Amino acid sequence: MPDSVTRRRTWSLPRQPGLVLSAVLLAAVLLAAVAPGVFTGQDPITGVPAERLRAPSPAHLFGTDETGRDVFARVVHGASLSLRATVLAVLVALVAGAAIGLLAGFRGGWLDAVVMRVVDVLQAVPAILLSLAVVTALGFGTTNVAIAVGVSNLAAFARLMRAEVLRVRSSVFVESARASGVRWPGVLARHVLPNAAGPVLVLATLTFGTAVLEVSALSFLGFGATPPTPEWGALVAGGRNFLATAWWMTTLPGLTVAAVVLATNRLSRALDGERSELR
Amino acid sequence: MTAVIRRLAQAIVVLWAAFTLSFVILYLLPGDAVLTKLGSADGGINASPEQIAQVRAEYGVDDPVLVQYGKRLWAALHGDFGRSIATGDDATHQVLSALPPTLAVSGFALVLAVVFGGGIAVLGTYTRARWLSHLLLSLPPLGISLPSFWVGLLLIQVFSFQLGLLPALGSTGFASLVLPSVTLALPTGAIIGQVLAKSLRTQLAQPYVEIVRAKGASRRRVHFGHALRNAALPALTLVGVVAGNLLAGSVITETVFSRDGVGRVTAAAVSVQDIPVVQAVIVLAAFFFVTLNLVVDLLYPVLDPRLARVPGELTRRERSHA
Amino acid sequence: MSADLLEIRDLSVCYRTRTDTVHAVRGVDLTVAAGEIVAVVGESGSGKSTTAHAVLGLLPRGGRIDAGQIRFAGQDLTGLSEKDWQAVRGTEIGLVPQDPTVSLNPVRRIGDQVAEVLLIHGLADRREAPARAVELLRRAGVAEPETRARQYPHELSGGLRQRALIAIALAGEPRLLIADEPTSALDVTVQREILDHLEGLAAESHTAVLLITHDLGVAADRAARIVVMSDGAVVETGPTREVLAAPEHPYTRRLLAAAPSLARTPLRPRRPPGPDVLVAVTGLAKTFPLPRTRSGPRAVRAVDDVSFTLTRGRTLALVGESGSGKSTIARMMVGLETPTSGRITFAGTDITRTGGEELRRLRRRFQLVYQNPYASLNPRFSIEEVVAEPLRAFRVGTRAERRARVVELIDQVALPASVLRRKPAELSGGQRQRAAIARALALHPDLVVCDEPVSALDVSVQAQILELLVRLQDELGLTYLFITHDLAVVREIADQVAVLRAGRLVEFGPADTVLADPRAEYTRRLLDAIPGNTRVDIGDTQR
Repeated sequence: MPDSVTRRRTWSLPRQPGLVLSAVLLAAVLLAAVAPGVFTGQDPITGVPAERLRAPSPAHLFGTDETGRDVFARVVHGASLSLRATVLAVLVALVAGAAIGLLAGFRGGWLDAVVMRVVDVLQAVPAILLSLAVVTALGFGTTNVAIAVGVSNLAAFARLMRAEVLRVRSSVFVESARASGVRWPGVLARHVLPNAAGPVLVLATLTFGTAVLEVSALSFLGFGATPPTPEWGALVAGGRNFLATAWWMTTLPGLTVAAVVLATNRLSRALDGERSELR
Repeated sequence: MTAVIRRLAQAIVVLWAAFTLSFVILYLLPGDAVLTKLGSADGGINASPEQIAQVRAEYGVDDPVLVQYGKRLWAALHGDFGRSIATGDDATHQVLSALPPTLAVSGFALVLAVVFGGGIAVLGTYTRARWLSHLLLSLPPLGISLPSFWVGLLLIQVFSFQLGLLPALGSTGFASLVLPSVTLALPTGAIIGQVLAKSLRTQLAQPYVEIVRAKGASRRRVHFGHALRNAALPALTLVGVVAGNLLAGSVITETVFSRDGVGRVTAAAVSVQDIPVVQAVIVLAAFFFVTLNLVVDLLYPVLDPRLARVPGELTRRERSHA
Repeated sequence: MSADLLEIRDLSVCYRTRTDTVHAVRGVDLTVAAGEIVAVVGESGSGKSTTAHAVLGLLPRGGRIDAGQIRFAGQDLTGLSEKDWQAVRGTEIGLVPQDPTVSLNPVRRIGDQVAEVLLIHGLADRREAPARAVELLRRAGVAEPETRARQYPHELSGGLRQRALIAIALAGEPRLLIADEPTSALDVTVQREILDHLEGLAAESHTAVLLITHDLGVAADRAARIVVMSDGAVVETGPTREVLAAPEHPYTRRLLAAAPSLARTPLRPRRPPGPDVLVAVTGLAKTFPLPRTRSGPRAVRAVDDVSFTLTRGRTLALVGESGSGKSTIARMMVGLETPTSGRITFAGTDITRTGGEELRRLRRRFQLVYQNPYASLNPRFSIEEVVAEPLRAFRVGTRAERRARVVELIDQVALPASVLRRKPAELSGGQRQRAAIARALALHPDLVVCDEPVSALDVSVQAQILELLVRLQDELGLTYLFITHDLAVVREIADQVAVLRAGRLVEFGPADTVLADPRAEYTRRLLDAIPGNTRVDIGDTQR
C-alpha cells in the first residue's frame, strides 16, 4: 500500500517530507521484521555481562540492559514478533468485522438488528478491557494477545462496513443497475463491494497504529511472549526497574513504538485524503 | 417522559448484553479456570481427582451452559459475581473497594482532558497566527500516537527523578495524583481535541456562518456565539464514550505508577486468570459507559432543539450521520 | 455616473489551491446606482457568485483579490481591515443567500438571529431588540411573526426561512443588498412571491440590489440592467430591455436561446395521441408510513388516485412542484416501488402484479434516466462498463458484440469514442447524462422514464440534452414519460401534459391546450410563476 501512495504522489513528495519519512521508517521496520540481521549483528538473547547498563554509544545505539544485551538488537529482533501480532490483530478485526458488517448491511431485517446490538455492546466495553477478557479466557502469548486485540477492534469494522454497504446500496447508481436488470449478486460483487472497500481499508491502516499500541500495552503488562524473547512492550516494562539509572532502556524502545504509530497514522491520513480528493 | 423511560430500558438491555458477552468470552472460550486455580495453588497440577471435582462443583462449571448462565445472571443481579479464584474473596467487593482511588484519578483526568483537549481545539481554530494554529492542531494526532505506558515512565523520569517535583509511585496525597492523571488524560484529551477541532472547522465552513459574518459579526461572535455550540454536539457524544475508556486506561497507569485501584486489581486478576473478578470489572465498565451515555443523551435535546421534539430514540450513529 | 453606489473597476479574483491557481474573476467592471436593481447573469463557473462575495469581503478560503477596486459610496473596500469590514457588513451591504435551508444557525431561535444584527451594530438594546425583530419578520412577509420568532429554523419551510433571511439582510437598513440566487432552491410559486416581496421592500426603502442569477428569465423580470458574465469576465452589459431585445455578444444570444424559461416554441410539432396505448395507469395510489407519534401511526399519501394513458412514440410530461408525487409515479412505472393500490398496464401486462424474474425480464422494455448524472453512474466504472452493464445483465451477445453495441450507442448520443475508457468523474455533467441515456437505450426499450433529466445541468447544456432526447425519439420510435418541475421544458418537448399537485392529478390533456388555456387554477398559477413572463419583451432570437 505505501507503494501506490508514493507512486501517485511523486509530484508532491518534496512538499511532504513527513510522508516520505513515515514511508521510509515503516519500510525499515518491515525489513527489520523479516531480516533483522540487516540492521544489527548483535545477539538479542544472550548479553555480555561485562557491558551491563552502558549508555547509548556508537557501539550500542540504544545502550545495553542489565545483563549486557544490546537494546537496539532487542528492538530490531522484537519487530518481527510485535509486527506479526499487529498484522494478525488487524486481519482478525478486518476479516471478521467486514464479514459481519457486510452480512448485516446486505441482509438487513432482524439479523441486522441483532448483529448491530452485539456490536453496540462490543463498543460499550473499552477496548483494553475487552482484550484483557479474551486474554483471560485464552491464556497468554503473542498469538492470543493478537486475537484479543483483533476482537476488541472488530466492532468498528463491522459498523463501518455496514454503513458503507447501506450507503452504496441506497445510492442512485445501484438502483439504476437494478433498474437495468442486474441481479443482486452482481450488484453486490460489482457495485457494493468495490465502493465499500475503500473506507474499510483506510480504517485498516488506521487500526494498524492502534493495534501496535494495544499489542505493546498488553505486552507491557506481561501477557505477551515469555522472556527473554524480545517484544516491544515487554522491553519497556523490563526497563522499569532501572528508570533512575538507565533511562535508555525504557525511553528508546518506547520511542520506537511511538514512531511506528505516528508513521502509520501519517500514511493512513494521506490515504484518506487521497480518497476524499478522488471523490 | 416516555422517551426517558425507553432510554433507561435500553441502558439496562446493554448492561445485560455486556454481562452475556463477558460470560460468553470468559466461560465458554477454551481454557479451564479450575485447573488454573489448582495449578496456581500447588505449583503444578497434581491435585487428586476428588479435589478437582470438589472445586469444579464449587464453581459450578459442570452444569449445562444455560444453567450456568442462568445461575450467574441471577447472582449478578444481586451484585454477586462469585468468589475470586485467586484470593477466595467476594469479587464484587474486591472491585468496588478498589474503586475510589481510580475514580479520583479518572475524574481529574477527565477534567484535564476536556480543558486541554477542548482548549487546544478552540484556540487552534480561533487564532489567526498560522504557526500557532498549525502547532496546536498537530498536538492531538501526536497525543493519540504515544503509548501511554511509555508516557507515564517518561513523566516519572523527568518530574520525579530529574526534577524531583512529584512522587513517582504510590497512591497517597494529591501530588501522587498528578502524573497518573496527566498520563491518563493524554489520549483522551487528544481524541476530544481532534474531534472538536474537526467539528469546529466543519461548522465554520457552513453557509450559516457566512450569514453571521454578513451581519457584521466579529470573529469572536462567529466562533463562540455560533460555531462552538454546534460543534460541541459531536464532541459531547465523544466525552460519553471516552470517559468509559478512562477506567480501562487505569489498568496501564496504575501498573506504571504502582497505584492501588481497579486497574491494578484487573491486571492482577488477568495474570492469574481470575474470571469472576475480570467479569465484575467488565460489567462495571459497561455500567459506567451506559450511565455516562444516558446522561449525554438526556443532555442532547437541551443543546440541540432539532432533537427536542423527535419522539423515540435517536441512536448515536444516526446523530453522527445527521 | 458619479451617483453610483457601487463601482467595481477591473476586479480580478483568484483561488489558490495547493497545486494551482484558478482565475475566477478577470477584469470585471460593474456599477450599481442607488436604489437600482442590477442582475448578474451567468452559468455555473462564470464568476458571478465570486464577484458578489468579493463585494462583501467574504471570499471563500484561498480566494484573493488580485487587482482592481471595489468602491462603495466613495470608499475603496479592497483595503479594509477585518474590523472595518464588520462595520460595513449588515449596515451598508446585506446578503440574501442561495440556500435558505442551510443558512440559519440550527440551534438558535429565528428571532434571536434577526435581532443579532441590531445588537451587533448597536441599533437596539437587549430589551427592545426582540420586538424589533418581530417587526422585521412581519415586514419580510412572515405570517404570525411572534410565533415564528420563537421557533427554530428546522420548524420552518424553505420559503419562510428565506423570508427570515431577508429580514436579517434588511435589519441594518443597508444601502445595497446582494441577493445570490435567492430563490433557486425554492419551488417556482414560492420563488415568485419571494422575489415580488424582495423587490417591493427594496423599492420602499430605496435599497439597491445586486441580483445574482443563472436564470435570464428572473433577470428579465426584476432588473433594470443586466450584466452577463462568462468564464470570469463580463461579456455584455446594458439596460435589460436592450440586452434582451438585441443581444450583441454571441454568448448572450446562446444563453437567451437556451434559457428554458424564455423559450416558447416546441422543438418539434406536437402530435395527438397515437393509436397504440403503451402504458395505462388507473387509480394509482401510494402511501408511505411515517414514524409513529403519540396519536398513533401516521402515513402520507404521496400519490392519490392518478389515472392517465400514454401512447407509443409520444411524450407525456408529468409536471409538479416538490412533494407532488411525480417522482414516486416514475419509480412505480419502472417497478422500483410497489403501488399501494391501482394498476399500471405496460403493453397489456399488469406490472404491479408481476415480480421477481418476470419483472426483471420486463425491465428490458422500460428504462429510467435519473435527475443527477453525478450520482447515477458508478464512480469506479469506465463509461464503457456503465453502458455495457444492462447488456451484461441480460447476457446479450458475445463480448465483442457487446463492445460493438456500446460503440454504436455512444455514437448515437453524440459522445466521442474517447470517453469509453474514462471514469464518470472525468466527464462534464452533460456528457455524463448522455452516457446515462446511452445506458438506458442499450436494450432497445419501448419506454424511457426521464426523472428531471436536465434540472441538474446548466441551461445551455439542458437545451442540448433536450434536443438529443427529441432526436432519439424520432430515430428509435421511443416513448417518453418526462418528469419535470419546469413548465418551460414541458413547452419544448411534451405532446401531452399531466399536472400533479400533492399526489393528485389536477389536469391532463394535450400540451397546447394545457399550456395555453389551463382549466385548473393551480396550472394557471404555475404558468404565471414562470420567470420571464411579466415583462417579456424579447426580440426574435429564437432559432
